[in-house]
Amino acid sequence: MNTQLQESDLNPPTQKAKSAASQSMDTHIQVRNLNAFYGKQQALKDVNIEIPRKQVTVIMGPSGCGKSTLLKTLNRFLELTDGARITGEVLVDEQDIYARDVDVTEVRKRVGLLAQSPSPLPMSIYENVVYGMHIHRMYKDRVAYKKAVKHYLEIAGLWEEVGKRLHDPATSLSIGQQQRLCLARGLAVEPEIILGDEPTSALDPISAQDVEKRLLDLKQQYTIVIVTHTLRQAKRLADYVIYMYLGEVAEAGPAHEVFTNPQHERTRAYLEGQF
Amino acid sequence: MKKHWRRRHIVEAFFKGLMLVSFIVVAGALGLILWTILVKGLPALTWDMVTQAPQGGFYLGKGGGVLNAILGSLYLAGGGTLLALIFSLPIALYLKTYLGDSNWGQYVRLSLDVLWGIPTIVYGVFGFTIMLAIGLRASLLAGIVVLSLVELPIMVRAMDEVIRRMPVDLEQAALALGSTKLEVAMRIVTRQMLPGIITAILLALGRGIGDAASVMFTAGYTDRIPTSLMQPTASLPLAVFFQLGTPYPKVQQRGYASALILTIIVLIISIGSRWISARLNKYTVK
Amino acid sequence: MNRQIQFDNTKPDLEAEGRQSRPSVVARNQQNQLARRTFFAITLLPMVLIAAVTLILLVRSWPILSAYSLKDLFLGSTWRPDEVLFGFWPYIAGTFWVTAVGVLLAVPPCLFTALYLSEYSHSFTRSIAKPILDLLAAIPPVVYGVWGLLAVVPFVEDVLAPLSKRWLSFIPFLAVRQPTGFSIIAGGIVLAVMIAPLIISVVYEILQTVPDELRHASLAVGATQWQTIRQVVIPRVIPGMVAAVVLAASRALGETMAVLMVVGNVAQVPQSIFDAAYPLPALIANNYGDMMSIPLYDAALLCAALILLVVILIFNILSTLVLQRVLGKNQAS
Repeated sequence: MNTQLQESDLNPPTQKAKSAASQSMDTHIQVRNLNAFYGKQQALKDVNIEIPRKQVTVIMGPSGCGKSTLLKTLNRFLELTDGARITGEVLVDEQDIYARDVDVTEVRKRVGLLAQSPSPLPMSIYENVVYGMHIHRMYKDRVAYKKAVKHYLEIAGLWEEVGKRLHDPATSLSIGQQQRLCLARGLAVEPEIILGDEPTSALDPISAQDVEKRLLDLKQQYTIVIVTHTLRQAKRLADYVIYMYLGEVAEAGPAHEVFTNPQHERTRAYLEGQF
Repeated sequence: MKKHWRRRHIVEAFFKGLMLVSFIVVAGALGLILWTILVKGLPALTWDMVTQAPQGGFYLGKGGGVLNAILGSLYLAGGGTLLALIFSLPIALYLKTYLGDSNWGQYVRLSLDVLWGIPTIVYGVFGFTIMLAIGLRASLLAGIVVLSLVELPIMVRAMDEVIRRMPVDLEQAALALGSTKLEVAMRIVTRQMLPGIITAILLALGRGIGDAASVMFTAGYTDRIPTSLMQPTASLPLAVFFQLGTPYPKVQQRGYASALILTIIVLIISIGSRWISARLNKYTVK
Repeated sequence: MNRQIQFDNTKPDLEAEGRQSRPSVVARNQQNQLARRTFFAITLLPMVLIAAVTLILLVRSWPILSAYSLKDLFLGSTWRPDEVLFGFWPYIAGTFWVTAVGVLLAVPPCLFTALYLSEYSHSFTRSIAKPILDLLAAIPPVVYGVWGLLAVVPFVEDVLAPLSKRWLSFIPFLAVRQPTGFSIIAGGIVLAVMIAPLIISVVYEILQTVPDELRHASLAVGATQWQTIRQVVIPRVIPGMVAAVVLAASRALGETMAVLMVVGNVAQVPQSIFDAAYPLPALIANNYGDMMSIPLYDAALLCAALILLVVILIFNILSTLVLQRVLGKNQAS
């Protein structure tokens, strides 16, 4: 199997997707000339993509292709790994989040992350949701905070189940509930973008379905970028698709185009289940 | 998203600074200690100091050196470490092979931690009391036995730390070939864990050489180089202590030099153990 | 059709082929069992040792424990062996003061250092921190004592004491009442450096047991690292940190040589950190030689050792139990 990616393979489809997209696309995030390294090892190579506003973008590809790495560059989580660094730019609404004078905590407020395994903070349910709000001092008094907590728990679909026991420890919830709690917690700081790193892979099918449904509802208000390793999930959720292979973007474009008429040989192979 | 100096950033910068300063203070303390000993000890560190035993009037300022203490310490710590090793290795291997995380294993580990925490002066007093009871006089042998008590928990703990990390597959591979558990322990664990075991031994050795309180009453003190196990013997820590206790500046200077000698020995052991374990790690399974 | 497979049941002639005959399985198993029993017996050694040490100290200090009431012994302040008067209180107080000062001085910087190493530093910093801490731990107590004599005592005498006398003399426990630097604070400083590696490494390990996912969860909503540490990491590790401090205190209590050289060895109940003191280990070390001539003197010194042992055992067992549980979760085994 020819694993060498030719230069000529790469540019035309991406360029085509880009030009097709930029004609009609409202770009929320733009990634320019992004290279990412873990020490000496290069994980992302020359990534240039655009992510549309208020749609669900799915990043997919075989394991090890760099999709999680790419996702982490979007909320500046990559730098949490010792020895990781990037060159290039990531522009959110045309502001580079890696610029020198940028406050990284503000970036993370605007770009939220839903992790793969639910990690409730070691506090009560109420305190989990209110955590971010307190940090950013978003409201004036307890009453306002309480209302906000209720609001976000409702959006996450948890209010009915936990409304009466807000002060129970968050660890007493089931895994599916915990993930929804993490969703509420993330939404509570009012991000514009929600990132999901395989957000349902640790959940049972019913909870997974529920989280997927919420994400689809949320796209009316938020730009959503999800990494998934399941082709089926990608097909269910995606409005826009980025397909990655060995650290490079092999193909990017609107979902129905990529799924029905993949331009690149690798994409075709993946879609046909050769991985 | 421009940076505004919000309160949370100021607080973070403050605490981060505090942490950095703390780290520098701790690291600096090491430098300060080594520097002080070096500066004060070097002037009086002569060839005589290292090659001669005290001559008459040594503690009044006359000639001689601390060879009695250097050799005494090496004999004491060497013997003590050897004796401790004889018991430590079986305990560590038994812990790994049979006890694992069982309740009994937890009790044994707890007792070892407790033993580790007992101050060396208590071991010294204990040893001395037993010595009196059986009619033994202050001697090299008594010092060795007490030092081995002091070193035992240090050695076992260090070995245990290392042995616990052994990859399970290695052990299972050996068992699958039909070895008994003893054979696995003796042949495979020791070979795999050799660097760690050697590090543990050297660690205990280093502590043994430096301890004064345990050998104070049990090994006695003498100006002669010991020639038999039943003779009392000097030790470097005590040599330092006694020389510093005199009112003569010249003798005190020699005390500083003796402290420098002791420090150098301990540094050699410490750095040496790192080097050896780095070398031996070539043969281990990662 | 059934084909019987014929096995050739004759044993190969090993010697003819030049191979060694193997020791029988029975022999190997016997060896195994014997070793197992021996090793088991050896494993009892630690517990036996603890019991032996405690018992012997108890037995040998019994004469004095039975001759006087506990109250007279522990709270009495007169120590005149030739008059057979033994009041331990000044020594107990001295031990307490020096240990307390040492622990109080050590804990804040060590906690911060451990936090720095665990939460902020690069692996490069950690790789130089480990040798530094290992070396600090390896330095013999008597060398710490020499450093104390050469650097700390003059520092207290020439810098700290005058400063305190000038600016802080209104605070009772900072009063300067003697001209030398041989004092509790000198002992405390030396002790603090001696127990620092222990505190730092234990607290570091405790911090490492907090899973990264929790830190990420907090950082993902835009918290700063310090906010994450304060609100998520530290609350999880408080029991462990307390245990680490108690463990360090138990080590400080027993340190003999270094403290002896800088603390002044004056038997008085201290009122200020600039006073000299006479901790129990120093009492034992200084007097053990000449105790044989006076009745009950040896029992008194052994009683001092017993007190020390009992307090240290309690601290040690409690803190080790907590730490085993906190750290035990993450041991590879």
